Amino acid sequence: MTKDLVCIVCPVGCRLTIEKDDTVEKGYIITGNSCKRGIDYAIEEMTHPTRMVPTTVKIEGAFLNRLPVRTDKAIDKNLIFEAMEVINQFTAKAPVKMGDLLIGNILGTDVNIIATRSMEKR
Amino acid sequence: MNKYDIVVIGGGPAGLAAAIEAKKEGVDKILVIERDRELGGILQQCIHNGFGLHVFKEELTGPEYAERFIDELNEMGIEYVLDTMVLEVTDDRYIHCVSSAEGYQIIDAVAIVLAMGCRERTRGAIAIPGYRPAGVFNAGTAQRYINMEGYMVGKKVVILGSGDIGLIMARRMTLEGAKVLAVAELMPFSGGLTRNIVQCLDDYDIPLLLSHTITKIEGVDRVESVTVQKVDEKLKPISGTETVYDCDTLLLSVGLIPENELSRSAGVRIDNITKGPVVNESMETSVEGIFACGNVVHVHDLVDFVTEESRRAGNAAAKYVKKEIVSGLEVMTTQAKDGIVYIVPQEIRLENVGDKLPLLMRVRNVYHNAVLSVKIDGLEVKRMKKRHLAPGEMERIDLPKALLEETIGKCITVEVVEEA
Repeated sequence: MTKDLVCIVCPVGCRLTIEKDDTVEKGYIITGNSCKRGIDYAIEEMTHPTRMVPTTVKIEGAFLNRLPVRTDKAIDKNLIFEAMEVINQFTAKAPVKMGDLLIGNILGTDVNIIATRSMEKR
Repeated sequence: MNKYDIVVIGGGPAGLAAAIEAKKEGVDKILVIERDRELGGILQQCIHNGFGLHVFKEELTGPEYAERFIDELNEMGIEYVLDTMVLEVTDDRYIHCVSSAEGYQIIDAVAIVLAMGCRERTRGAIAIPGYRPAGVFNAGTAQRYINMEGYMVGKKVVILGSGDIGLIMARRMTLEGAKVLAVAELMPFSGGLTRNIVQCLDDYDIPLLLSHTITKIEGVDRVESVTVQKVDEKLKPISGTETVYDCDTLLLSVGLIPENELSRSAGVRIDNITKGPVVNESMETSVEGIFACGNVVHVHDLVDFVTEESRRAGNAAAKYVKKEIVSGLEVMTTQAKDGIVYIVPQEIRLENVGDKLPLLMRVRNVYHNAVLSVKIDGLEVKRMKKRHLAPGEMERIDLPKALLEETIGKCITVEVVEEA
Protein backbone atom coordinates (compact mmCIF):
# COMPACT_ATOMS: atom_id res chain seq x y z
CA MET A 1 0.00 0.00 0.00
CA THR A 2 1.37 3.43 -0.94
CA LYS A 3 0.22 6.76 0.42
CA ASP A 4 1.10 10.36 -0.43
CA LEU A 5 1.50 12.81 2.45
CA VAL A 6 2.56 16.42 2.92
CA CYS A 7 4.97 16.69 5.84
CA ILE A 8 3.81 19.28 8.39
CA VAL A 9 6.87 19.24 10.67
CA CYS A 10 8.26 22.48 9.21
CA PRO A 11 7.18 25.06 6.60
CA VAL A 12 9.06 23.39 3.71
CA GLY A 13 6.14 20.98 3.26
CA CYS A 14 7.91 18.04 1.61
CA ARG A 15 5.69 15.79 -0.45
CA LEU A 16 6.28 12.33 0.98
CA THR A 17 5.44 8.91 -0.34
CA ILE A 18 5.24 6.09 2.18
CA GLU A 19 5.08 2.43 1.31
CA LYS A 20 4.68 -0.62 3.58
CA ASP A 21 7.69 -2.90 3.31
CA ASP A 22 8.30 -5.50 6.01
CA THR A 23 11.76 -6.31 4.70
CA VAL A 24 13.20 -3.01 6.04
CA GLU A 25 13.85 -2.23 9.72
CA LYS A 26 11.15 0.38 10.23
CA GLY A 27 8.54 -1.46 8.22
CA TYR A 28 8.06 1.40 5.73
CA ILE A 29 9.96 2.96 2.85
CA ILE A 30 9.63 6.76 2.73
CA THR A 31 10.68 8.92 -0.19
CA GLY A 32 10.47 12.66 -0.89
CA ASN A 33 11.64 13.74 2.57
CA SER A 34 14.52 16.23 2.88
CA CYS A 35 15.36 15.40 6.50
CA LYS A 36 14.95 12.51 8.90
CA ARG A 37 12.09 14.16 10.79
CA GLY A 38 9.99 13.46 7.69
CA ILE A 39 10.50 9.71 8.21
CA ASP A 40 9.22 9.82 11.81
CA TYR A 41 6.28 12.00 10.81
CA ALA A 42 5.26 9.69 7.97
CA ILE A 43 5.43 6.55 10.11
CA GLU A 44 3.44 8.14 12.91
CA GLU A 45 0.91 9.44 10.41
CA MET A 46 0.46 5.88 9.05
CA THR A 47 0.42 4.00 12.35
CA HIS A 48 -1.07 6.37 14.91
CA PRO A 49 -2.01 9.85 13.63
CA THR A 50 -2.66 12.34 16.44
CA ARG A 51 -3.75 15.99 16.58
CA MET A 52 -3.98 18.78 19.13
CA VAL A 53 -7.62 19.85 19.54
CA PRO A 54 -8.26 23.48 20.48
CA THR A 55 -11.92 24.36 21.05
CA THR A 56 -14.22 26.10 23.57
CA VAL A 57 -16.60 25.12 26.38
CA LYS A 58 -19.56 26.94 27.87
CA ILE A 59 -18.73 29.06 30.90
CA GLU A 60 -21.09 30.44 33.55
CA GLY A 61 -20.57 33.56 35.61
CA ALA A 62 -17.89 35.11 33.38
CA PHE A 63 -18.06 38.17 31.13
CA LEU A 64 -17.88 35.92 28.06
CA ASN A 65 -20.05 32.93 27.10
CA ARG A 66 -17.21 30.69 25.94
CA LEU A 67 -13.94 29.62 27.53
CA PRO A 68 -11.13 28.49 25.19
CA VAL A 69 -9.68 25.04 25.99
CA ARG A 70 -7.33 22.51 24.40
CA THR A 71 -6.09 18.98 24.76
CA ASP A 72 -2.93 18.97 26.89
CA LYS A 73 -1.32 16.61 24.36
CA ALA A 74 -2.18 15.36 20.90
CA ILE A 75 -5.13 12.97 20.80
CA ASP A 76 -5.80 10.05 18.45
CA LYS A 77 -7.13 11.61 15.26
CA ASN A 78 -10.02 9.13 15.09
CA LEU A 79 -11.28 10.25 18.50
CA ILE A 80 -11.60 13.98 17.68
CA PHE A 81 -15.35 14.06 17.06
CA GLU A 82 -16.14 11.78 20.00
CA ALA A 83 -14.01 14.03 22.21
CA MET A 84 -15.88 17.09 20.91
CA GLU A 85 -19.17 15.52 22.08
CA VAL A 86 -17.80 15.13 25.61
CA ILE A 87 -16.31 18.64 25.59
CA ASN A 88 -19.61 20.13 24.43
CA GLN A 89 -21.45 18.61 27.41
CA PHE A 90 -19.13 20.37 29.85
CA THR A 91 -19.83 23.73 31.51
CA ALA A 92 -17.06 25.61 33.30
CA LYS A 93 -17.73 28.01 36.18
CA ALA A 94 -15.87 31.27 36.65
CA PRO A 95 -13.31 31.99 38.00
CA VAL A 96 -10.97 29.85 35.90
CA LYS A 97 -7.16 30.04 35.70
CA MET A 98 -5.15 29.35 32.58
CA GLY A 99 -4.00 25.72 32.70
CA ASP A 100 -6.84 24.54 34.99
CA LEU A 101 -7.74 20.91 34.35
CA LEU A 102 -11.38 20.77 33.23
CA ILE A 103 -11.90 17.22 31.93
CA GLY A 104 -9.45 14.49 32.96
CA ASN A 105 -8.59 11.42 30.85
CA ILE A 106 -11.11 12.15 28.14
CA LEU A 107 -12.61 8.97 26.59
CA GLY A 108 -10.32 6.89 28.77
CA THR A 109 -7.17 8.22 27.12
CA ASP A 110 -4.31 9.93 28.98
CA VAL A 111 -5.35 13.24 27.37
CA ASN A 112 -6.81 16.02 29.54
CA ILE A 113 -8.79 19.12 28.56
CA ILE A 114 -7.29 22.31 30.04
CA ALA A 115 -8.33 25.98 30.05
CA THR A 116 -6.20 28.20 27.79
CA ARG A 117 -7.01 31.48 29.49
CA SER A 118 -8.01 32.84 32.86
CA MET A 119 -11.49 34.25 33.27
CA GLU A 120 -12.62 36.11 36.35
CA LYS A 121 -16.04 36.02 37.94
CA ARG A 122 -18.30 38.71 36.53
CA MET B 1 -3.78 67.30 30.95
CA ASN B 2 -2.28 63.82 31.36
CA LYS B 3 1.36 63.56 30.38
CA TYR B 4 3.22 60.35 29.58
CA ASP B 5 6.65 59.53 28.23
CA ILE B 6 5.26 56.84 25.93
CA VAL B 7 1.67 56.20 24.88
CA VAL B 8 1.04 52.91 23.08
CA ILE B 9 -2.12 52.83 20.96
CA GLY B 10 -3.49 49.28 20.89
CA GLY B 11 -3.27 46.54 23.54
CA GLY B 12 -2.77 43.55 21.24
CA PRO B 13 0.47 41.58 20.88
CA ALA B 14 2.28 44.51 19.25
CA GLY B 15 1.30 47.08 21.89
CA LEU B 16 1.98 44.73 24.81
CA ALA B 17 5.47 43.82 23.59
CA ALA B 18 6.34 47.45 22.82
CA ALA B 19 5.19 48.70 26.24
CA ILE B 20 7.02 45.95 28.14
CA GLU B 21 10.24 46.49 26.21
CA ALA B 22 10.09 50.28 26.71
CA LYS B 23 9.71 49.76 30.45
CA LYS B 24 12.66 47.35 30.47
CA GLU B 25 14.68 50.06 28.71
CA GLY B 26 14.09 52.32 31.71
CA VAL B 27 11.09 54.48 30.80
CA ASP B 28 8.53 54.58 33.60
CA LYS B 29 5.58 56.67 32.52
CA ILE B 30 3.91 54.47 29.92
CA LEU B 31 0.21 54.17 29.02
CA VAL B 32 -1.41 51.53 26.81
CA ILE B 33 -4.77 52.54 25.30
CA GLU B 34 -7.11 49.70 24.23
CA ARG B 35 -10.56 50.14 22.66
CA ASP B 36 -11.79 46.63 23.50
CA ARG B 37 -13.00 45.40 26.91
CA GLU B 38 -9.75 43.55 27.62
CA LEU B 39 -6.10 43.38 26.53
CA GLY B 40 -4.75 40.77 24.12
CA GLY B 41 -6.25 41.95 20.85
CA ILE B 42 -7.15 39.43 18.20
CA LEU B 43 -5.17 36.67 20.01
CA GLN B 44 -8.12 36.23 22.37
CA GLN B 45 -10.27 34.83 19.55
CA CYS B 46 -7.46 32.79 17.95
CA ILE B 47 -7.98 29.77 20.19
CA HIS B 48 -5.98 27.42 17.93
CA ASN B 49 -2.42 26.35 18.66
CA GLY B 50 0.69 27.30 16.69
CA PHE B 51 1.73 30.48 18.49
CA GLY B 52 4.97 31.03 20.37
CA LEU B 53 7.31 28.56 18.65
CA HIS B 54 9.94 31.28 18.14
CA VAL B 55 9.40 33.47 21.23
CA PHE B 56 8.70 30.78 23.87
CA LYS B 57 10.04 27.68 22.06
CA GLU B 58 6.74 25.93 22.72
CA GLU B 59 3.41 25.74 20.95
CA LEU B 60 0.68 27.85 22.55
CA THR B 61 -2.83 28.94 21.67
CA GLY B 62 -3.60 32.64 21.07
CA PRO B 63 -5.12 33.29 24.52
CA GLU B 64 -2.17 31.59 26.24
CA TYR B 65 0.30 33.69 24.26
CA ALA B 66 -1.63 36.86 25.16
CA GLU B 67 -1.96 36.00 28.84
CA ARG B 68 1.80 35.61 29.25
CA PHE B 69 2.31 39.17 28.00
CA ILE B 70 -0.65 40.58 29.96
CA ASP B 71 0.75 39.01 33.15
CA GLU B 72 4.17 40.51 32.46
CA LEU B 73 2.62 43.93 31.80
CA ASN B 74 0.78 43.76 35.13
CA GLU B 75 3.83 42.54 37.04
CA MET B 76 5.79 45.50 35.69
CA GLY B 77 3.06 47.88 36.78
CA ILE B 78 2.48 49.36 33.33
CA GLU B 79 -0.66 51.51 33.21
CA TYR B 80 -3.42 50.73 30.71
CA VAL B 81 -6.98 51.85 29.95
CA LEU B 82 -9.73 49.73 28.35
CA ASP B 83 -12.89 50.65 26.42
CA THR B 84 -11.10 53.77 25.25
CA MET B 85 -11.18 54.87 21.62
CA VAL B 86 -8.46 57.09 20.22
CA LEU B 87 -10.05 59.58 17.82
CA GLU B 88 -7.04 61.51 16.64
CA VAL B 89 -3.26 61.63 16.93
CA THR B 90 -1.55 64.91 16.06
CA ASP B 91 1.93 65.40 14.62
CA ASP B 92 2.98 67.24 17.81
CA ARG B 93 2.02 64.07 19.69
CA TYR B 94 -1.25 64.87 21.40
CA ILE B 95 -3.71 61.98 21.60
CA HIS B 96 -7.44 62.69 21.60
CA CYS B 97 -9.46 59.83 23.04
CA VAL B 98 -12.89 59.12 24.46
CA SER B 99 -14.38 56.61 26.91
CA SER B 100 -17.57 56.23 28.96
CA ALA B 101 -15.56 56.33 32.18
CA GLU B 102 -13.41 59.40 31.51
CA GLY B 103 -15.20 61.23 28.72
CA TYR B 104 -13.10 63.19 26.24
CA GLN B 105 -9.41 63.39 27.05
CA ILE B 106 -6.32 64.87 25.48
CA ILE B 107 -3.09 63.11 26.41
CA ASP B 108 0.38 64.54 25.87
CA ALA B 109 3.12 62.07 24.93
CA VAL B 110 6.87 62.42 24.36
CA ALA B 111 6.76 59.37 22.10
CA ILE B 112 3.86 57.41 20.60
CA VAL B 113 3.84 53.78 19.47
CA LEU B 114 1.15 52.99 16.90
CA ALA B 115 0.04 49.37 17.38
CA MET B 116 -3.50 49.36 16.02
CA GLY B 117 -3.18 46.16 14.01
CA CYS B 118 -5.21 45.46 10.89
CA ARG B 119 -8.76 44.90 9.68
CA GLU B 120 -10.27 42.34 7.36
CA ARG B 121 -11.13 43.16 3.79
CA THR B 122 -14.88 42.86 3.31
CA ARG B 123 -17.28 41.76 0.62
CA GLY B 124 -17.43 45.36 -0.58
CA ALA B 125 -13.68 45.43 -1.18
CA ILE B 126 -13.83 42.50 -3.59
CA ALA B 127 -17.21 43.35 -5.12
CA ILE B 128 -18.93 39.94 -5.33
CA PRO B 129 -22.09 40.30 -7.42
CA GLY B 130 -25.48 39.09 -6.22
CA TYR B 131 -27.92 39.66 -3.40
CA ARG B 132 -26.98 41.02 0.01
CA PRO B 133 -28.52 38.50 2.41
CA ALA B 134 -27.54 37.66 5.97
CA GLY B 135 -24.98 34.88 6.25
CA VAL B 136 -22.00 36.57 4.61
CA PHE B 137 -19.32 37.00 7.27
CA ASN B 138 -15.69 37.92 7.40
CA ALA B 139 -13.87 34.85 8.71
CA GLY B 140 -12.42 36.76 11.66
CA THR B 141 -15.82 38.13 12.63
CA ALA B 142 -17.27 34.62 12.58
CA GLN B 143 -14.29 33.49 14.67
CA ARG B 144 -15.11 36.05 17.34
CA TYR B 145 -18.82 35.10 17.37
CA ILE B 146 -18.06 31.39 17.74
CA ASN B 147 -15.02 31.42 20.03
CA MET B 148 -15.88 34.30 22.36
CA GLU B 149 -19.53 35.28 22.17
CA GLY B 150 -20.87 31.76 21.76
CA TYR B 151 -22.95 32.11 18.59
CA MET B 152 -22.74 29.60 15.75
CA VAL B 153 -22.87 31.44 12.41
CA GLY B 154 -24.18 28.73 10.08
CA LYS B 155 -24.52 25.06 9.16
CA LYS B 156 -23.56 24.68 5.49
CA VAL B 157 -20.58 26.80 4.67
CA VAL B 158 -18.46 27.86 1.70
CA ILE B 159 -15.24 29.76 2.38
CA LEU B 160 -13.62 32.17 -0.07
CA GLY B 161 -9.89 32.64 0.48
CA SER B 162 -7.33 30.14 1.71
CA GLY B 163 -5.27 32.38 3.95
CA ASP B 164 -4.66 30.99 7.40
CA ILE B 165 -7.83 32.49 8.88
CA GLY B 166 -9.95 30.82 6.20
CA LEU B 167 -8.26 27.46 6.77
CA ILE B 168 -8.49 27.67 10.57
CA MET B 169 -12.19 28.57 10.34
CA ALA B 170 -12.87 25.62 8.02
CA ARG B 171 -11.69 23.29 10.80
CA ARG B 172 -13.39 25.29 13.53
CA MET B 173 -16.80 25.22 11.79
CA THR B 174 -16.41 21.48 11.13
CA LEU B 175 -15.56 20.69 14.77
CA GLU B 176 -18.63 22.63 15.87
CA GLY B 177 -20.87 20.53 13.65
CA ALA B 178 -21.14 22.58 10.45
CA LYS B 179 -20.51 21.13 7.01
CA VAL B 180 -17.80 23.02 5.09
CA LEU B 181 -18.46 22.30 1.43
CA ALA B 182 -15.35 23.88 -0.09
CA VAL B 183 -12.65 26.50 0.25
CA ALA B 184 -12.24 28.51 -2.97
CA GLU B 185 -8.98 30.35 -3.68
CA LEU B 186 -8.55 32.88 -6.49
CA MET B 187 -4.80 32.30 -6.83
CA PRO B 188 -3.19 29.08 -8.13
CA PHE B 189 -1.65 28.58 -4.66
CA SER B 190 -2.85 28.93 -1.09
CA GLY B 191 -1.83 31.92 0.97
CA GLY B 192 -1.85 29.77 4.11
CA LEU B 193 0.74 27.56 5.73
CA THR B 194 1.00 24.03 4.34
CA ARG B 195 0.52 22.54 7.80
CA ASN B 196 -2.82 24.34 8.02
CA ILE B 197 -3.93 22.89 4.69
CA VAL B 198 -3.15 19.42 6.02
CA GLN B 199 -4.55 19.87 9.55
CA CYS B 200 -7.59 21.97 8.68
CA LEU B 201 -8.70 20.79 5.23
CA ASP B 202 -7.18 17.38 4.36
CA ASP B 203 -7.99 15.94 7.81
CA TYR B 204 -11.68 16.64 7.25
CA ASP B 205 -11.79 15.98 3.49
CA ILE B 206 -12.63 19.62 2.71
CA PRO B 207 -11.80 20.37 -0.93
CA LEU B 208 -9.46 23.30 -1.72
CA LEU B 209 -10.42 24.75 -5.09
CA LEU B 210 -7.40 26.67 -6.40
CA SER B 211 -7.93 29.23 -9.20
CA HIS B 212 -11.61 29.53 -8.28
CA THR B 213 -13.70 32.45 -7.10
CA ILE B 214 -17.28 33.23 -6.15
CA THR B 215 -19.24 35.02 -8.81
CA LYS B 216 -22.75 35.10 -7.38
CA ILE B 217 -24.53 35.08 -4.04
CA GLU B 218 -28.21 34.01 -4.02
CA GLY B 219 -30.79 34.42 -1.27
CA VAL B 220 -32.96 37.33 -0.16
CA ASP B 221 -33.09 37.08 3.66
CA ARG B 222 -30.38 34.45 4.17
CA VAL B 223 -27.72 33.03 1.87
CA GLU B 224 -29.24 30.15 -0.13
CA SER B 225 -26.44 29.37 -2.54
CA VAL B 226 -23.20 30.68 -4.00
CA THR B 227 -21.76 30.15 -7.46
CA VAL B 228 -18.13 29.07 -7.61
CA GLN B 229 -16.31 29.55 -10.91
CA LYS B 230 -12.86 28.69 -12.25
CA VAL B 231 -10.60 31.61 -13.27
CA ASP B 232 -7.99 31.85 -16.05
CA GLU B 233 -4.36 33.03 -15.72
CA LYS B 234 -5.57 36.63 -15.70
CA LEU B 235 -7.90 35.73 -12.81
CA LYS B 236 -10.97 36.23 -15.01
CA PRO B 237 -13.88 33.80 -14.45
CA ILE B 238 -14.17 31.21 -17.23
CA SER B 239 -17.71 30.90 -18.50
CA GLY B 240 -19.17 27.39 -18.43
CA THR B 241 -17.28 26.40 -15.25
CA GLU B 242 -19.97 27.56 -12.81
CA THR B 243 -20.86 25.23 -9.92
CA VAL B 244 -23.69 26.15 -7.56
CA TYR B 245 -23.23 25.24 -3.87
CA ASP B 246 -26.36 25.20 -1.71
CA CYS B 247 -25.28 26.74 1.58
CA ASP B 248 -26.47 29.13 4.30
CA THR B 249 -23.16 30.81 5.05
CA LEU B 250 -20.25 32.35 3.15
CA LEU B 251 -17.06 33.17 5.02
CA LEU B 252 -14.61 35.62 3.47
CA SER B 253 -10.91 35.36 4.19
CA VAL B 254 -9.71 37.70 1.51
CA GLY B 255 -6.92 39.66 3.08
CA LEU B 256 -6.09 42.09 5.84
CA ILE B 257 -5.44 45.82 5.64
CA PRO B 258 -3.37 47.74 8.23
CA GLU B 259 -5.62 50.13 10.15
CA ASN B 260 -4.02 53.53 9.67
CA GLU B 261 -6.70 56.21 10.09
CA LEU B 262 -4.88 57.50 13.16
CA SER B 263 -1.50 57.37 11.44
CA ARG B 264 -2.91 59.49 8.63
CA SER B 265 -4.37 62.01 11.09
CA ALA B 266 -0.84 62.52 12.40
CA GLY B 267 0.49 63.05 8.89
CA VAL B 268 2.47 59.80 8.87
CA ARG B 269 3.61 58.80 5.38
CA ILE B 270 1.98 55.54 4.24
CA ASP B 271 3.63 52.98 1.94
CA ASN B 272 1.40 52.21 -1.05
CA ILE B 273 2.32 48.53 -1.02
CA THR B 274 2.34 47.57 2.67
CA LYS B 275 -0.53 50.04 3.35
CA GLY B 276 1.30 50.80 6.58
CA PRO B 277 3.60 53.61 7.71
CA VAL B 278 7.00 53.99 6.07
CA VAL B 279 9.39 53.17 8.93
CA ASN B 280 13.11 53.36 9.55
CA GLU B 281 15.55 51.05 11.35
CA SER B 282 14.08 52.17 14.70
CA MET B 283 10.47 51.51 13.57
CA GLU B 284 9.97 55.27 13.64
CA THR B 285 7.53 56.72 11.12
CA SER B 286 8.03 59.83 8.98
CA VAL B 287 6.81 61.91 11.96
CA GLU B 288 9.51 62.28 14.61
CA GLY B 289 8.71 60.54 17.89
CA ILE B 290 5.88 58.45 16.41
CA PHE B 291 6.83 54.77 16.15
CA ALA B 292 4.81 51.87 14.72
CA CYS B 293 4.95 48.08 14.92
CA GLY B 294 3.06 44.89 14.16
CA ASN B 295 0.23 44.50 11.68
CA VAL B 296 -0.34 48.26 11.45
CA VAL B 297 3.00 48.43 9.60
CA HIS B 298 2.65 45.31 7.47
CA VAL B 299 0.53 42.18 7.87
CA HIS B 300 2.52 39.38 9.53
CA ASP B 301 1.71 35.67 9.40
CA LEU B 302 3.29 34.77 12.75
CA VAL B 303 2.61 36.64 15.99
CA ASP B 304 6.14 35.73 17.11
CA PHE B 305 7.48 38.07 14.43
CA VAL B 306 5.05 40.80 15.56
CA THR B 307 6.47 40.47 19.07
CA GLU B 308 10.05 40.66 17.86
CA GLU B 309 9.37 43.73 15.71
CA SER B 310 7.39 45.43 18.50
CA ARG B 311 10.15 44.89 21.03
CA ARG B 312 12.45 46.80 18.69
CA ALA B 313 9.86 49.60 18.39
CA GLY B 314 9.40 49.78 22.17
CA ASN B 315 13.14 49.80 22.72
CA ALA B 316 13.61 52.59 20.17
CA ALA B 317 10.73 54.67 21.59
CA ALA B 318 12.41 54.45 25.01
CA LYS B 319 15.73 55.49 23.50
CA TYR B 320 13.95 58.41 21.83
CA VAL B 321 12.58 59.53 25.20
CA LYS B 322 16.09 59.30 26.62
CA LYS B 323 17.39 61.24 23.58
CA GLU B 324 19.60 58.35 22.49
CA ILE B 325 18.30 58.19 18.91
CA VAL B 326 20.46 60.01 16.38
CA SER B 327 18.56 61.82 13.63
CA GLY B 328 19.41 64.18 10.79
CA LEU B 329 21.89 61.68 9.37
CA GLU B 330 22.38 60.32 5.93
CA VAL B 331 19.54 57.91 5.12
CA MET B 332 19.89 54.67 3.16
CA THR B 333 16.77 53.24 1.55
CA THR B 334 15.63 49.68 0.84
CA GLN B 335 14.02 48.66 -2.43
CA ALA B 336 12.17 45.50 -3.44
CA LYS B 337 13.41 44.15 -6.77
CA ASP B 338 12.46 41.08 -8.86
CA GLY B 339 10.20 38.67 -7.01
CA ILE B 340 9.99 40.75 -3.81
CA VAL B 341 6.79 42.65 -2.97
CA TYR B 342 8.09 44.92 -0.20
CA ILE B 343 10.83 45.37 2.39
CA VAL B 344 10.41 46.74 5.92
CA PRO B 345 12.09 48.99 7.06
CA GLN B 346 12.12 51.33 4.10
CA GLU B 347 14.78 53.72 5.48
CA ILE B 348 17.96 53.11 7.45
CA ARG B 349 20.19 55.40 9.50
CA LEU B 350 23.25 53.28 10.09
CA GLU B 351 24.19 54.98 13.39
CA ASN B 352 21.02 53.65 15.06
CA VAL B 353 21.44 50.05 13.88
CA GLY B 354 22.39 47.54 16.60
CA ASP B 355 24.55 44.49 15.86
CA LYS B 356 22.42 43.62 12.89
CA LEU B 357 19.71 45.08 10.70
CA PRO B 358 16.69 42.78 10.19
CA LEU B 359 14.96 43.15 6.82
CA LEU B 360 11.44 41.70 6.63
CA MET B 361 9.91 41.01 3.24
CA ARG B 362 7.40 39.05 1.22
CA VAL B 363 7.98 37.27 -2.09
CA ARG B 364 5.62 37.62 -5.04
CA ASN B 365 5.28 33.94 -6.01
CA VAL B 366 5.98 30.38 -4.96
CA TYR B 367 9.62 29.50 -5.73
CA HIS B 368 11.60 26.29 -5.25
CA ASN B 369 15.40 26.25 -4.95
CA ALA B 370 15.83 29.98 -5.40
CA VAL B 371 18.31 32.50 -4.02
CA LEU B 372 17.58 35.72 -2.16
CA SER B 373 20.23 38.17 -3.32
CA VAL B 374 20.98 41.32 -1.29
CA LYS B 375 22.78 44.14 -3.07
CA ILE B 376 24.03 47.53 -1.96
CA ASP B 377 24.12 49.99 -4.86
CA GLY B 378 24.09 47.04 -7.27
CA LEU B 379 26.91 45.12 -5.60
CA GLU B 380 25.92 41.76 -4.11
CA VAL B 381 26.73 41.56 -0.40
CA LYS B 382 24.75 38.50 0.65
CA ARG B 383 23.17 35.40 -0.94
CA MET B 384 20.76 33.09 0.81
CA LYS B 385 19.75 29.77 -0.74
CA LYS B 386 16.08 28.99 -0.16
CA ARG B 387 14.52 25.60 -0.86
CA HIS B 388 11.06 27.05 -0.57
CA LEU B 389 9.66 30.58 -0.83
CA ALA B 390 5.96 31.46 -0.73
CA PRO B 391 3.96 34.71 -0.48
CA GLY B 392 2.25 33.36 2.65
CA GLU B 393 5.53 33.05 4.55
CA MET B 394 7.40 36.22 5.47
CA GLU B 395 11.14 36.13 4.86
CA ARG B 396 13.74 37.70 7.12
CA ILE B 397 17.33 38.59 6.31
CA ASP B 398 19.68 39.90 9.00
CA LEU B 399 22.47 42.13 7.72
CA PRO B 400 25.39 42.47 10.15
CA LYS B 401 26.18 46.11 10.95
CA ALA B 402 29.83 45.50 10.02
CA LEU B 403 28.74 44.51 6.53
CA LEU B 404 26.77 47.74 6.12
CA GLU B 405 29.68 49.82 7.39
CA GLU B 406 32.24 48.35 5.02
CA THR B 407 29.96 48.59 1.98
CA ILE B 408 29.14 52.26 1.85
CA GLY B 409 26.07 52.87 -0.31
CA LYS B 410 22.69 54.52 -0.64
CA CYS B 411 20.28 51.74 -1.55
CA ILE B 412 19.84 48.16 -0.32
CA THR B 413 17.94 45.92 -2.72
CA VAL B 414 16.71 42.34 -2.44
CA GLU B 415 15.70 40.12 -5.34
CA VAL B 416 14.76 36.51 -5.99
CA VAL B 417 17.08 34.69 -8.40
CA GLU B 418 15.64 31.46 -9.73
CA GLU B 419 18.04 28.63 -10.47
CA ALA B 420 18.23 27.64 -14.11
